[in-house]
Amino acid sequence: MTLTEDEMTQAQPDATLEIGKDRRRKEDQRLITGRTRWTDNLTLPGMLHLAMVRSPFAHATITNIDKSAAEASPNVVRVITGTDVADEQGGLPNAWPITPDQVTPNHPPIAVDRVVFAGEIVAVIVARSAAEARDAAELVDIDYDELPAALDLKEAAEDKVLAHPDLGTNKSAFWRFDSEEAGTGGNVDEAIAKARADGIVIEREYRQQRLIPAFMEPRSTVVDPTGEQITMWSSTQIPHILKFLLAAVTGVSESKIRVIAPDVGGGFGGKLQTTPEEFITFLVARQVGKPVKYTETRSESLMAAHHGRDQWQKLTLAAEKDGTVTGFKVELLADLGSHVSLVGGGVPVLGAFMFNAIYKFPAYQFNCQTVLTNKTWTDAYRGAGRPEATYAIERIMDELAAELGVDPFEVREKNWIKHEEFPFTTVAGLEYDSGNYEAATARAKELFGYDELRAEQRRRRDSGDQVQLGIGVSTFTEMCGLAPSRVLGSLDYGAGGWEHASVRMLPTGKVEVLTGASAHGQGHETAFSQIVADRLGVAFEDVEVLHGDTMVSHKGLDTYGSRSLVVGGEAIVKAADKVIEKAKPIAAHLLEASVDDIEFNSGRFSVKGTDQGLAMAEIALATFAAHNLPDGVEPSLDSDATFDPVNFNYPHGTHLCAMEVDTETGEVTMRKYAACDDIGNIINPLIVSGQLHGGLVQGIAQALWEEAVYDDSGTLVTGSFVDYLLPTAADTISFDLDHTTSPATTNTLGTKGVGEAGTIASTPAVVNAVVDAVRHLGVQDVRMPCTPERVWKAINDARGGAQAETVGAAAPHFDESTGMDGTVDRTSGGNA
Amino acid sequence: MTRINLTVDGSKVSDDVEPRMLLVQYLREKLGKTGTVIGCDTSNCGACTVHLDGTSVKSCNVLAVQADGSEVTTIEGLAKDGELHQVQKSFRECHGLQCGFCTPGMIMQSVDLLKENPDPTEQEIRVGLEGNLCRCTGYHNIVKSVQHAAAQGGAQ
Repeated sequence: MTLTEDEMTQAQPDATLEIGKDRRRKEDQRLITGRTRWTDNLTLPGMLHLAMVRSPFAHATITNIDKSAAEASPNVVRVITGTDVADEQGGLPNAWPITPDQVTPNHPPIAVDRVVFAGEIVAVIVARSAAEARDAAELVDIDYDELPAALDLKEAAEDKVLAHPDLGTNKSAFWRFDSEEAGTGGNVDEAIAKARADGIVIEREYRQQRLIPAFMEPRSTVVDPTGEQITMWSSTQIPHILKFLLAAVTGVSESKIRVIAPDVGGGFGGKLQTTPEEFITFLVARQVGKPVKYTETRSESLMAAHHGRDQWQKLTLAAEKDGTVTGFKVELLADLGSHVSLVGGGVPVLGAFMFNAIYKFPAYQFNCQTVLTNKTWTDAYRGAGRPEATYAIERIMDELAAELGVDPFEVREKNWIKHEEFPFTTVAGLEYDSGNYEAATARAKELFGYDELRAEQRRRRDSGDQVQLGIGVSTFTEMCGLAPSRVLGSLDYGAGGWEHASVRMLPTGKVEVLTGASAHGQGHETAFSQIVADRLGVAFEDVEVLHGDTMVSHKGLDTYGSRSLVVGGEAIVKAADKVIEKAKPIAAHLLEASVDDIEFNSGRFSVKGTDQGLAMAEIALATFAAHNLPDGVEPSLDSDATFDPVNFNYPHGTHLCAMEVDTETGEVTMRKYAACDDIGNIINPLIVSGQLHGGLVQGIAQALWEEAVYDDSGTLVTGSFVDYLLPTAADTISFDLDHTTSPATTNTLGTKGVGEAGTIASTPAVVNAVVDAVRHLGVQDVRMPCTPERVWKAINDARGGAQAETVGAAAPHFDESTGMDGTVDRTSGGNA
Repeated sequence: MTRINLTVDGSKVSDDVEPRMLLVQYLREKLGKTGTVIGCDTSNCGACTVHLDGTSVKSCNVLAVQADGSEVTTIEGLAKDGELHQVQKSFRECHGLQCGFCTPGMIMQSVDLLKENPDPTEQEIRVGLEGNLCRCTGYHNIVKSVQHAAAQGGAQ
């Protein structure tokens, strides 16, 4: 079933239900009045402060550290080097070794004898104030012998310079999916060969530039070792995983560690990490026996918090002459940076199942080589693997349309899964449960004014306007709601993908909900309250959602991968249902009826066919008193549930972007952006729209503005907000959004994830629009971010007849010796 | 150390401060006004925006000693007599915040913007908030919040 928003509004069933309401957020009162609990707000008696001394070199041997001046600085308690703690500091964990023979460098929190990226921690100052710690950090005298640095991804893949000379290679792991081997499709090389003989082959190479998540709250950690437990507050997305890994790495009993993620100011994957700074703060607090705090500066954050994306994508698309795609081959180089971080190696693997997107491809192959370099390590950033895949496929489908001289929608419609074909098993082996690409596309085109804008584009092209109009299409889908534990196990991920919830009925009829999903801006407290209010028939205001403290919500796998609602929300539903089941025999007993005759509806237990009944609050009080319970029934309604999803879920949508491009200056301006997303049933439309808006701008920012740039010596040039260009209000526009509804069939609520959708969808829509505006001038590609300089250069190169940009873009970068080409011996790749 | 006397959120305060101490550090560390936050070190993000004698400033860009004798209003002092300022109400009403970290600065800047221009166009709002970064909302609902506040007479 698919409904447009108008139909949804008309079909809105019951105004008394909370689900579907634009509830204003419970979180907001404290956030708009400054009553916030950011980690850096915390001050504890006797608290000491840390400052980090960081390497200015991308790759160097540490030959001497003189810390005497720093130690003599006022109010400095101690100065710690890697050598001082070499035996006890342990190594940072990699939770996702993607192959059994993955090359994984040791990752000490404090460098011991060699630094491998500019920004790596070399020494730690412990002082009575943050300012005094920073003053002393200036006084640590370190001698380095600079080493050659592996900086360029392609060169690093050839092992020209080694990021870690002791490992003998930069190639960390080679990972492949092949539809013929998996039994999900045909042989991709045969499809390509056939298309070369009698069809169309499109070959492109795209660059996913390096990005920085740039959450607004800099990371901060406080550790209090006084008392029986060691308590860590941290601005993290993953308090539960952090607790587990602190125990695993340090040997401190898991039962002696409590992790609290209080108010957390954004994450976007950037706080899905266990960081050197967290381990160092933990270590120092245990050493000094006092509370210790570390808060990074923005410059440190941009330099040393993990980065995202950074891939080269070589793509080969085979099609028949009518545009029916017959095969798609993907060859990636993925830059890990200096280390294989928590899930960094797995990020491209998350994209492996998405390059076929919404299409019915008969043959598909994905190859990825992960590569170590002397740059900040990379890991999840909003979408994690799926934006890269979506960009590649949606860009190249436009190239196919251009080759055929048809509208971009024509090749998409020819190849996409029809709505009557769901559920559909794809060539990557996933089962898409529901969707309707036709309906979302029709609505998006209507919102956008597609035909009118195409007509305007033709007019401006015909008249040779200096400012040309381009229209970009992105018909995306993604896999989210991470994740079925068995699937994660089959991919060698180190944990499961379930989520936990508890529902506690208080004697007064109020409800406490504990969730293992840890919010950092998403609005869990509001949306989960709506779900529980409906399920238990209690007031929205009577539900309190507690999260982000391992002592309170003791079990969980936290927030990332658009999982909180579809996995965490489902756990809450199941826990609430258990509460009802536990209450039924008590209600039956009090009503002197058989349990089989008890009905539960809108918060009331009643005896079938009578007007006798009791409210949930009355059962809660009677259970608390426990004066008159049936024999053998425990005096508690509290219930736990842990939900492990059986499948991912698959939001989709059609996004349309109109860009104006000044062909003389290269300046690009967004004229209009319209999208129709299908995320299944919606709990809170207001929150959903917010997730989409923010996601869109992050994806648009990749297309137009953001790039982490290193100079030739490996120094991050974009090391502050002066140079790393986050979009401002003045750079962006308002969006025209709507939705269709194809409920998910794999969870009770029929919901799909929305946290990453906007980011995944928007980047190719924008770049397709930029290229579309100037394609008639001979441009086939503009590398991201599409700065005026790059756009102008692409136009100029095309006009010069050199075709430099397009020829360069199509040239293969994997020669046979790299082992990336499917035709050569795989053992010469990272699996060697 | 230098002695400063000023009024913060309606209360008179007096402290000895290091000359290098920033106003935002003074607010957070000396007064516990942790509603005002630090998001960068280059005066780009605007998260620390407060009002100094009725005009918005980035408090990371003002020394505490420069605020001597002045009146400072932070996000914690914006509501009067338990009644939220209209701009605060509008941010909640229009979902103009998500993680909320930029929100104190965004609200303080919006109040100042509406004081100067009570009926701004969308473009005037966007330019007026250019010095305040948000990573969550894409600004769409922040713009709507300011428009909503303006329509409700938010300049007062």
